[in-house]
Amino acid sequence: MTNLRAAHIKKRYAAERRFKMYGLLAIMFALGFLAIMLVTITFRALPAFSQTYVKVDIEFSENVIDPDGAREKVQIAKADFQKIVRDGIYALFPEVTNRKEKRKLKKLISSEAGYHIARVLLADDQPDFEFIGTKQSVWVKSSDDIDSFIKGLIRRDVDESRRRVNDQQIGWVDQLMADGRIEKRFNWDFFKFGDSRSPEDAGIRGAVVGSFFTLIITLLLSFPLGVLAAVYLEEYSKPSKMTAFIEVNINNLAAVPSIVFGLLGLALFLNFFGMPRSAPLVGGMVLSLMTLPTIIITTRAALKSVPPSIREAALGIGASKMQTVLHHVLPLAMPGALTGAIIGMARALGETAPLLMIGMVAFIVDVPTGFTDPSTVLPVQIYIWADSPERAFEAKMSAAILVLLFFLVIMNAIAVLLRRRYERRW
Amino acid sequence: MSYLTLFAFLICTIIIGYFIGNRRAVGMRPAVKSKLPENKLHSLPGFHGTYVALWCGIPSLLLLFAWLFLEPSILSAMLGNALGDAGIGLSQDQLELLKGSIRRAAQNSQNPIDDTLLPVVESYKNIVNSTGIGGMVVIGCGAIIGLYFSQKKIAQRFAARHRVEKIFSIIMLLSSLVAVLTTFGVVVSLIFETIRFFGMVSFTEFLFGLHWSPQIALRDDQVASSGSFGAVPIFAGTLLITAIAMVIAVPIGLFSAIYMSEYASPRFRSWAKPLLEILAGIPTVVYGFFAALSVAPMLRNWGVDFGLEISSESALAAGVVMGVMIIPFVSSLSDDVINAVPQSLRDGSYALGATRGETIKLVLLPAALPGIVSSVLLATSRAIGETMIVVMAAGLAANLTANPFQAVTTVTVQILTLLVGDQEFDSPKTLAAFALGFVLFIITLCLNILALKIVNKYREKYD
Amino acid sequence: MSVQKTGVPMSEKQISSQVGKFTSRGVDVYYGDKQALFGIDIDIMENKVTSLIGPSGCGKSTFLRCLNRMNDVIDICRFEGEILLDGQDIYASEIDVVELRARVGMVFQKPNPFPKSIYENIVYGPRIHGMIDGRSDADEIVETSLKRAGLWNEVKDRLNEPGTGLSGGQQQRLCIARAIAVNPEVILMDEPCSALDPIATAIIEELIDELKENFTIVIVTHSMQQAARVSQNTAFFHLGKIIEFGETDQIFTNPRNQQTQDYITGRYG
Repeated sequence: MTNLRAAHIKKRYAAERRFKMYGLLAIMFALGFLAIMLVTITFRALPAFSQTYVKVDIEFSENVIDPDGAREKVQIAKADFQKIVRDGIYALFPEVTNRKEKRKLKKLISSEAGYHIARVLLADDQPDFEFIGTKQSVWVKSSDDIDSFIKGLIRRDVDESRRRVNDQQIGWVDQLMADGRIEKRFNWDFFKFGDSRSPEDAGIRGAVVGSFFTLIITLLLSFPLGVLAAVYLEEYSKPSKMTAFIEVNINNLAAVPSIVFGLLGLALFLNFFGMPRSAPLVGGMVLSLMTLPTIIITTRAALKSVPPSIREAALGIGASKMQTVLHHVLPLAMPGALTGAIIGMARALGETAPLLMIGMVAFIVDVPTGFTDPSTVLPVQIYIWADSPERAFEAKMSAAILVLLFFLVIMNAIAVLLRRRYERRW
Repeated sequence: MSYLTLFAFLICTIIIGYFIGNRRAVGMRPAVKSKLPENKLHSLPGFHGTYVALWCGIPSLLLLFAWLFLEPSILSAMLGNALGDAGIGLSQDQLELLKGSIRRAAQNSQNPIDDTLLPVVESYKNIVNSTGIGGMVVIGCGAIIGLYFSQKKIAQRFAARHRVEKIFSIIMLLSSLVAVLTTFGVVVSLIFETIRFFGMVSFTEFLFGLHWSPQIALRDDQVASSGSFGAVPIFAGTLLITAIAMVIAVPIGLFSAIYMSEYASPRFRSWAKPLLEILAGIPTVVYGFFAALSVAPMLRNWGVDFGLEISSESALAAGVVMGVMIIPFVSSLSDDVINAVPQSLRDGSYALGATRGETIKLVLLPAALPGIVSSVLLATSRAIGETMIVVMAAGLAANLTANPFQAVTTVTVQILTLLVGDQEFDSPKTLAAFALGFVLFIITLCLNILALKIVNKYREKYD
Repeated sequence: MSVQKTGVPMSEKQISSQVGKFTSRGVDVYYGDKQALFGIDIDIMENKVTSLIGPSGCGKSTFLRCLNRMNDVIDICRFEGEILLDGQDIYASEIDVVELRARVGMVFQKPNPFPKSIYENIVYGPRIHGMIDGRSDADEIVETSLKRAGLWNEVKDRLNEPGTGLSGGQQQRLCIARAIAVNPEVILMDEPCSALDPIATAIIEELIDELKENFTIVIVTHSMQQAARVSQNTAFFHLGKIIEFGETDQIFTNPRNQQTQDYITGRYG
């Protein structure tokens, strides 16, 4: 009898242990997924932070660049720098004469290299055009395929037909390496440039600035509106059907799918009001409608936590309602409201779908300079790159994700600090 | 640029208004301090200043915004007049195109334009300048008139404080109405396009049709591809992916919540819970990236190993990753409701000799069931409305299948693909997106309301 | 409520105002459907301490909060009747609550200093009522108010420290100083000592006695000893009605009403 009982208890304890283990496993699965995801992205991002450069000897002969010798910038800028760079790489391998092979050879370096050289040489701090008629060694960016090859992303041991760099190109690269003409450098351009069709020139500057402008609009609209609405609902409104209706609306808005806000922006802001497409202004407006519920809800919670005795004290010495709120209640609730605003902003920063709907998905090279310039934002940039076929964009987009996550971590850290620093127990 | 100047001018007037009001009120302060209210300034000088500033700013800013909204249509109408004969005989679209090119030419002389239209461009430039200046003068005068009349009202017993407080409470009320306006805006912008859509495509075809291919004929003679709008495959795809996501999220989220609230030590909880919440804070485009570039290829390789045909854009990859994303939605709300179960229930169960696990299974979970159900509903609504993961990982093919290894498409993916890119706003193709959006809005709204109802009922039970 | 109201019957009111600083006539207060006060008639004498006593929920705090219209804050609260301050109906439409509260200050049950410096606590009231012109004015008000509240010597070296850092008794005296700073005519005190220890209570009671030279004081208290010690007049409230109102000595030694007798001898309440 006792044996039976003991066995039963043993079984029950085994069940207990199993149950507890399931819980632990569930948490470990979730956290493990998170860790694997972050590690994978980080590793995939690493190649994007460096860029392969090739040293090419370039001849800036006068009769190609400035045939009439006028030294006028406008004329010089029209010269075919692309060809000049191409000739430089051909000169490194004079034995290549076949047109087809020459085309392969050309593909060692970035197709944009000529433009970059022109940009540096024609900058305003070089007014005398001294380079004309000289021969210089210039480091130019390699093409994305060669870059991937150097980084080991395209492997030598794969069958030639299945890799984007053929055996001959590998031979050239090996020779260049042996000559010390290949170098890997930190890819500052990734942070300096806007988007580009060629991966080696694509950067996140445009997207970061676009995100910044968009968030500014979001903050300017949603924070004052949210705080005012929260103060009204928490301090002013009397319980009524309308107040209840407003509250139901706020709670529901907090859970409406983000893409629906995109539809609203498209139908109302773009088509009805005729606002510009792809503009941070409209993006910010759409995102502020999404952030508003978050800010209202957190600000109300913060206002609620201010003890009523503070209000009584102010009213008791004859402060008016507005003075009570502005001088006493709101300052005490401000850390909470700010925390809510930052969390809302962080969410807005990661939002993609609604911005796609209002045309922020366009391919935009220029870094935006204002609130109505066409622009894109960081998460949308990631999405755009994800759609591109070039392999090198994969690293770019992982790197962009890291940058995005970096901003998110900073924002959340500020929110946590704010909460810790100003949290007040009454 | 000129609007910035105007805006700066308005801000300056507002600030000046504040100081004028303030000064005037200070000047009216009685020299001898008196306790009798009759001999005192009714409101602090600051209130008088604010009063003037508000009257200076609100009407003129309202005018400014009204002007910004109206200006394009006013200009467009005036351009129509200026075009005169050139505009006659053109269709609406052609007219808009013509107007657009004139606008661009007026903005930048580099833009190409037909030489015959040059005089129109010139007169359009004049119109733009004169209306712009006219509008600004009106707005500026509005600010100054407001300033003049409001500062005249200032007097010793003038109740500036009452007025200012009234205006502020109205502003606050209006701010809180923005939420209502947003809902209204969502419904309106969805419903009109939806009605237009059902004017072109029958309601029953949309709801029960089994074939979805919204491609519209590119040329008029392409009779065959008129597009078909049977949304069943889309709904089925959404359902399939949501179901996969919930299969992942519900048990894992629930077990995490149970472990967190009942077993975990405070120290474990203090770091594991925030880490778990990070999952909800990561942008969905990151999950989409991970699903498309890591999970999907991995699943396909496994499929090859086990002899299964898994397509590279499978419902499984999208569903699994989405499931992980919504784990925190299930776990944190469930954690809250499990914690809210009164300690007395636990004590009662332990006193009978039940183990923790038995207490959880037989006492806590039944008691917390409504809360858990509502957290699952909220997570479901989140999953249905999720866009980026499915756009990047699930694909566009509207297959009607229950096979998780195949590519399916969802409501959100279709909305996005139908609307991103070129749009013509009278083709059923674009309008279909709004109809789908409307369905999405209604479904998630119902789920949310239901979830909130259940959770409120549950709160009443234990509060 | 028009201005005419203060026309003809003015002489009558002036007579009554000579009788009391506050005159309450037929005051009914409702919380929603529930009536909390029934026809309260009471005269509060100038420069005297009037205490309101009675068991919990008898309406004494509600009545106190009628005197500076603190009940306006509560949405469901409805007021009927008339309360005159120096002959003027404080519920008349032309009365501004803010100016009323400047004349009728209040000290609450739990000390509630603002989470700001001691200095800021005192200066806030005078500032919003436009009584301060420059720093020296403010300094003067802070010093006199704190001196009158008997707190100056304890805090004069740490005026910039937060008021919430003081002990409970000091906090309550800070709140009294804050009320005094506006230079009101009446100070209402809602069980000002209930959160304090006996020593702090004794200090506050002494303070009340001094303050009555300059202010009219109305105090709600649970403690009958306190009412007997500090007040000249006492009103006994029960179930929202005034059972007895008169001089404190008479109420405590020779109550006319049996219920009062029972209450002060501790038979209930």
